[in-house]
Amino acid sequence: MTKAIEVKDLWKVYGPRKENVPLDQPEKLSKMEEKREAVVAVRDVSFSVDSGEVFVVMGLSGSGKSTLIRCLMRLVEPTAGSINMNGEDVSSLSNQELTQFRRNAAAMVFQHYGLLPHRTVLENVSFGLNLKKVPRREREERARELLSTVGLEGWDNYYPANLSGGMQQRVGIARALASDPPILLMDEPFSGLDPLIRREMQEEMVDLHQKTNKTIFFVTHDLDEGMRLGDRMAVMRGGSFVQVGTPEEILDDPADEYVARFVQDKKEMFQEAEKENKGKQDRKGLTEDVS
Amino acid sequence: MFPDAWEFSIARWINDFTNWLLTTFSAFFDALSGIILSLLLNIHSGLETIPWWIYILAIALTAFFTTKKIGLTIVLSILPVIVGLFGLWDLAIETIAIVLTAVVIAIIIGIPLGVIMAEFKRMEGLGRPILDAMQTMPSFVYLIPTMMLFGLGKVPAVLATVIYAVPPVIRLTNLGLRQVSQEVQEAALAYGATRFQLLKEVRIPLAMPSILAGVNQTTMMALAMVVIASMIGGGGLGYEVLVSINRIDVGRGFEAGISVVILAIVIDRLTQGFAKRFEPPSN
Ligand SMILES: Nc1ncnc2c1ncn2[C@@H]1O[C@H](COP(=O)(O)OP(=O)(O)OP(=O)(O)O)[C@@H](O)[C@H]1O
Ligand SMILES: [Mg+2]
Repeated sequence: MTKAIEVKDLWKVYGPRKENVPLDQPEKLSKMEEKREAVVAVRDVSFSVDSGEVFVVMGLSGSGKSTLIRCLMRLVEPTAGSINMNGEDVSSLSNQELTQFRRNAAAMVFQHYGLLPHRTVLENVSFGLNLKKVPRREREERARELLSTVGLEGWDNYYPANLSGGMQQRVGIARALASDPPILLMDEPFSGLDPLIRREMQEEMVDLHQKTNKTIFFVTHDLDEGMRLGDRMAVMRGGSFVQVGTPEEILDDPADEYVARFVQDKKEMFQEAEKENKGKQDRKGLTEDVS
Repeated sequence: MFPDAWEFSIARWINDFTNWLLTTFSAFFDALSGIILSLLLNIHSGLETIPWWIYILAIALTAFFTTKKIGLTIVLSILPVIVGLFGLWDLAIETIAIVLTAVVIAIIIGIPLGVIMAEFKRMEGLGRPILDAMQTMPSFVYLIPTMMLFGLGKVPAVLATVIYAVPPVIRLTNLGLRQVSQEVQEAALAYGATRFQLLKEVRIPLAMPSILAGVNQTTMMALAMVVIASMIGGGGLGYEVLVSINRIDVGRGFEAGISVVILAIVIDRLTQGFAKRFEPPSN
């Protein structure tokens, strides 16, 4: 099977300049971390994602998920390591090549939607096509098509501020699909939504994935969401991947205590009761425990 | 007493230097002066041909459609009539012509400078202290260099006004561009916006309210400077104020002063209402 994303030995250290990060001297680096001169947000991460797979990265706040997903698009410049996406060596692209890559190979969905407040829904969806100079009529036609895919037909001329959070994120998803990229990167896309809408959006995402078969790299801090959506999952802590596997593998055989604590409640929930509501309360308690 | 022997004057050197500048770059100064003068004359004669009641009508309509407040609309439409009743209408138009010319030039210079400051960190480091210095400098100071290079008349008056009034539009363009939400900018980059596209499609439109606030402040400062610039030949209401001060004619000075204030209020309100229209929709 072809790999859609291949990441090897990826590091991102905030603070010092790239060339002043002593990656080859771990003691020196941890001293810099202690003195708060450097923040290691992504620590020697390697993984690969098959084409058509949904790969979930789960971790608590500050574990480096956003940094990792931004490195894939080079919105954050990695300190070291290689990134290969869709057959392209992302880490070595020139500025122009990077622009082309972002326009065609992958699209991103943001937690706070990242919509342009001064543009209508239709203009937001066709934003990427507009940057590519696709003729107006063509891009608007495509945008309308996608608005109906995400269930927002007729909202063309509204502004993001007129829409609810869930609707705004639908716009965000439609925008990501507009140029039909093989890879979607989603950074906690449903975290800002209330539980019911969230559930609904998750189900729609599963449908969408079945229809389009895109590769999806999905970041979340919610174990439940990760389990529901992911073909495979990585648990992230302090910038490293602590465990990678299918949701079942992680549930049955947590790699260390950290993962076990994460999973514990989930297991109990399965054993104890089918009752959805109970599980939710438990998980709330869990998040507080761990953090 | 300060010792006489220590006295030392640089006035002669500066005069020599100015003369040298003028003879060496005379073609440049003539051309610049010609452009500004023709811009001013065109604007002035354009403004003069418009009948007074059209101004009132235009003010009323703009005020109503930008603010939707009837009381304010009535006040803003009546105020300019007072200027006419004082017999100062033509002088007010002359003043507006100078202000408008200065503001147009300030915008042409100021917005690109603000963009450059926002795009290049180093330029901001360079620009900030200069702008700070310019804004703390008393306005009279600007009369000296412009007068040195352009003598007396409308052109140096316009130029002094431009120099005095340009900082806010530069500053607020820079500030507005920098304040655009990082997340929105990041999203635009993620969809493959080039640096230029980011500026044109995202940063400038979203900075527009701030840029227009800068234009508004620049206009207000230009209006304040016009009175001072009349000392080197600006003409208009400012000259009227100047003459009344010289003749200690309090009544006449008061009328002219009130007229300047009226212009300021009307222009301020109208440009503010206009700027509001550029704010992106919010809930
Ligand atoms: N621009 C930056 N400069 C310095 N440190 C940063 C920067 N961005 C993030 N960090 C640090 O890197 C670490 C990882 O941050 P990141 O945003 O990737 O975490 P996250 O897992 O996405 O968290 P959250 O769930 O809160 O979004 C944090 O400790 C954070 O403080
Ligand atoms: Mg994050």
